Amino acid sequence: MSTLSDPPEGSFRLSMLLNDTRYRSLTLQAVAAIALALALYYLYSNLAANLRAAGLNISFSFLGSSAGYDINQTLIDYNSQSSNFKAAIVGILNTLLVAILACITATILGVFAGVLRLSNNWLVRKLMAGYVEIFRNIPVLIWIIIIFTILTAVMPGARAYLGEEPERGLIGGIFAFTNRGVYMPAPFFTNGFGGGEGSGLNWLMLIAVLVASFFGARAVTQSANRKQEATGVRPNTLLINLAIWLLPLVIFSLIFGLSWDMPDPLANRFNLQGGIQIGAPLIALWFALSIYTGAFIAENVRAGIQAVSNGQTEAAAALGLRPNRVMSLVVLPQALRVIIPPLISQYLNITKNSSLAIAVGYADITATLGGITLNQTGRAIECVLLLMLFYLVISLSISAVMNVYNNSMKLKER
Amino acid sequence: MKKSIILGALTIAGLSAVAASAATVDDVKARGTLNCGVTTGLVGFAAPDANGEWVGFDVAVCRAVAAAVLGDATAVEFIPTTGKTRFTALSSGEIDLLARNTTWTFSRDTDLKFDFVGVNYYDGQGFLVPKALGVSSAKDLDGATVCIQTGTTTELNLADFFRANNISYEPVPIETNAEAIQQYLAGACDAYTTDASGLAASRATFETPGDHVILPEIVSKEPLGPVVRHGDNDWGDIVMWTLNALITAEELGVTSANVAEMVTSTTNPEVARLLGTEGDLGAMIGLDAEWAKRAIETQGNYGEIFAKNIGEETPIGLARGLNAQWTNGGLLYSPPFR
Repeated sequence: MSTLSDPPEGSFRLSMLLNDTRYRSLTLQAVAAIALALALYYLYSNLAANLRAAGLNISFSFLGSSAGYDINQTLIDYNSQSSNFKAAIVGILNTLLVAILACITATILGVFAGVLRLSNNWLVRKLMAGYVEIFRNIPVLIWIIIIFTILTAVMPGARAYLGEEPERGLIGGIFAFTNRGVYMPAPFFTNGFGGGEGSGLNWLMLIAVLVASFFGARAVTQSANRKQEATGVRPNTLLINLAIWLLPLVIFSLIFGLSWDMPDPLANRFNLQGGIQIGAPLIALWFALSIYTGAFIAENVRAGIQAVSNGQTEAAAALGLRPNRVMSLVVLPQALRVIIPPLISQYLNITKNSSLAIAVGYADITATLGGITLNQTGRAIECVLLLMLFYLVISLSISAVMNVYNNSMKLKER
Repeated sequence: MKKSIILGALTIAGLSAVAASAATVDDVKARGTLNCGVTTGLVGFAAPDANGEWVGFDVAVCRAVAAAVLGDATAVEFIPTTGKTRFTALSSGEIDLLARNTTWTFSRDTDLKFDFVGVNYYDGQGFLVPKALGVSSAKDLDGATVCIQTGTTTELNLADFFRANNISYEPVPIETNAEAIQQYLAGACDAYTTDASGLAASRATFETPGDHVILPEIVSKEPLGPVVRHGDNDWGDIVMWTLNALITAEELGVTSANVAEMVTSTTNPEVARLLGTEGDLGAMIGLDAEWAKRAIETQGNYGEIFAKNIGEETPIGLARGLNAQWTNGGLLYSPPFR
C-alpha cells in the first residue's frame, strides 16, 4: 500500500499557472488586471492623441483668469472681475448650502412620514403611503421644475410690493413673498470690537457665545439627571435653561448694537432692496430635493422600525410606557442601526441631485464651473474633471462622517 | 466569469475610437445627408413649422449647403443644440456645420479651434422690457433683475455693460429661449436680454406684443454666422462660398424665380460664372458646375430668405438695417465670383 504524501516541493512548473487550481485564479486575475490597465491606457492615449490632433491641450490656467459673468446668489463677495476659480468656489458653497438644507429637511420629513406610515390611523397611514409613492416615483428634475413653475406663477411679482402705495404691504412689515424669492430682514451689528463698524468677527463671537450656552445648558441637564437619580424628583430646569440661552444673546446684542436691515420697497422700481433675499431657485431646489428624498428616507425609516422585533414594543408597553415614548425610547434607537446605512446613500443622492440646479438657474458648481465657465472658456475636459473631483471628494467626506456616526450607533457587543 | 472580464477588456480595447479627421465633404457625400446644428427653436431663425419641417433664416443656410453639395435641399439632418452644447457638438463631429445665430468672436475662432466662414446676420444685444415699467433706456435698469440665456456672449456683454455704467443688476441664468420667455412673462425678471433679432422674434410670439418694448441701446456687436471646424479648409470654403453665392445672387438680381431663365439668358459674365455656365468655379471647390444655381433655386437669394423668414412682412418684422447690401448702405459685401 502506498501512502499519501505531500506534493513534492520546489517543483513549480510554468504550466501549473494554468493547470493547477491553486494558481489558476491568480493567473486569470493578473491577466484581467493587465488587460484593464492596457484598456485604460489606450483610452487615455486616444484622448490625448485626439486633443493633440485638434490642436488642444489640457491646461488649468483658465482658472486664474477673470470670469466675466455675474452670479445672482453668492455667499461670498464676487463680481464679474473675479477669477473663474472664485466662481467655482461660489458654486461649491451654493451646492453645499442647498445640500445641507435639503439633508436636514428631508430627514425630518422622512422620519415623520416613515413613523406615520405605520400609524394605526387608517387615514394617516394611507396619506403617508400616497406621499411616498407619488414623490419617489416621479423624477426629481420634474419636481424641481414643477415647484419652480408653480412658485413663479402663483406668487405675486416683486413689483406688487413696490412704491408709496403698493398693492401688497410687507407681511408683518418685514417679510415679502414674491416669485423672485422671499425677502426678510438681515441682522447686522453696528459696533465692532474696539469701536468701528461691525464685521465677520462679531458673528464668530456670536457663534462662540451660542456654543458656550449649549454646554451650559447641557451641564444643567446633567445635574438635573443626577438629582433625579439620587432623589427621584426632577428639578424644573426650564427657566434656568431659557436664561442660559437668552441672557448672553440679549447682552451680546445690546453691547454690539444688533440692528436689522429691512427690505425697502421704495429703493427702486424693480426690486425690493436690502435685507436677505432667498431666491426662488434655491427655494424650489431645496423643497424639491427635500420632499423627493424625504419619500425614500420614509421608506428607510419604516423598514428600520419594522426590523425591530414586535416583542420590544410589547415589552415596553407592558412596562407602562405610552406609545410615543415607546417609539422614541425603545423602537427608534434600535431602528437607527438599520436606518443609518441607507440614510448615508440618501444624503449622497441629495448632494449629487443638487447638480440639477441649473434647470431653475441656481448657481451651483455644475452651473458655474461646469456650465458658464466651461462654455465661455471652452475647457470642457478640465472643467468636467474638476467637477468629478469635487463631487467625489464631497461624497466620500459625507460617507466618512456618516460612517463614524454609524459606528457609534452600532450594536456594541461585549 | 473571469474569462468574461478579459473578453470585456479586450472588446473595449478593440473598439478603435480614433476620430478620423477625414475631409468633412467626403463624409457628407458618403452619408448622403448634412448634419446641421441649429437652435432648439427660435421662430424665424430655426424652428419646426406646423408640419414638423424645419424652417427659418439659419435653416436656409443649411439647406443651401445641402443643395450645393448633395443636390438635395431636404437631405439635412437638423440637430437642435443649446448655447452650451453647440460647440461640443461641432468639435466632436456630431454636426458638420453650425448655423445657430452664433457670434463670431476672437476666442471662439482661435482658442476653440473653429472657423467662422462669414456673417449671415449683423446683430447687436438689446433689452426687452414691459412697457408698464416706464423704462426708456437700458441705463435706467439699475437694480433690475435680468434674464439671460446662459452660455452666450450676451452673458459677458451684460456684465460689461452694467459695470461700465456703474449700475447693478441681478442675473437670472436660463438655458433656452423658451424658458427665458416664460420667466420674463411671469414677471420673474424685469428685462430679457439677447440679440435684438432674437428679442423681436420672441416678442412676435407674445399674446400682446405691443405691451413690450425693445430698448434703443444696442450694447454689443454680434456678427452671427455659420461655423465649421478649424483645419478643414475645403469644407469651410464650400460653406463660405455658398453663403456668398446667396448674397451675390441678391446683389446681381438672381432670384429663385428667375434663376432657371437667367442660366440661358444672362449676359452678365459674373452671373454666368455664379450659375456655372461660364468658367469652372464649381470644380475649384470640388463641386459640380450648378452648385450655386441649386442653392439659389431652392432657397432663394439672401434677400428672399430674409424677407420670407424674418423680414418686415413677417410677424417678426425685422428691418434690413445693417443687413442690407452694401449698395443700399448695409454691410453685406460678398467677394466677387471670379
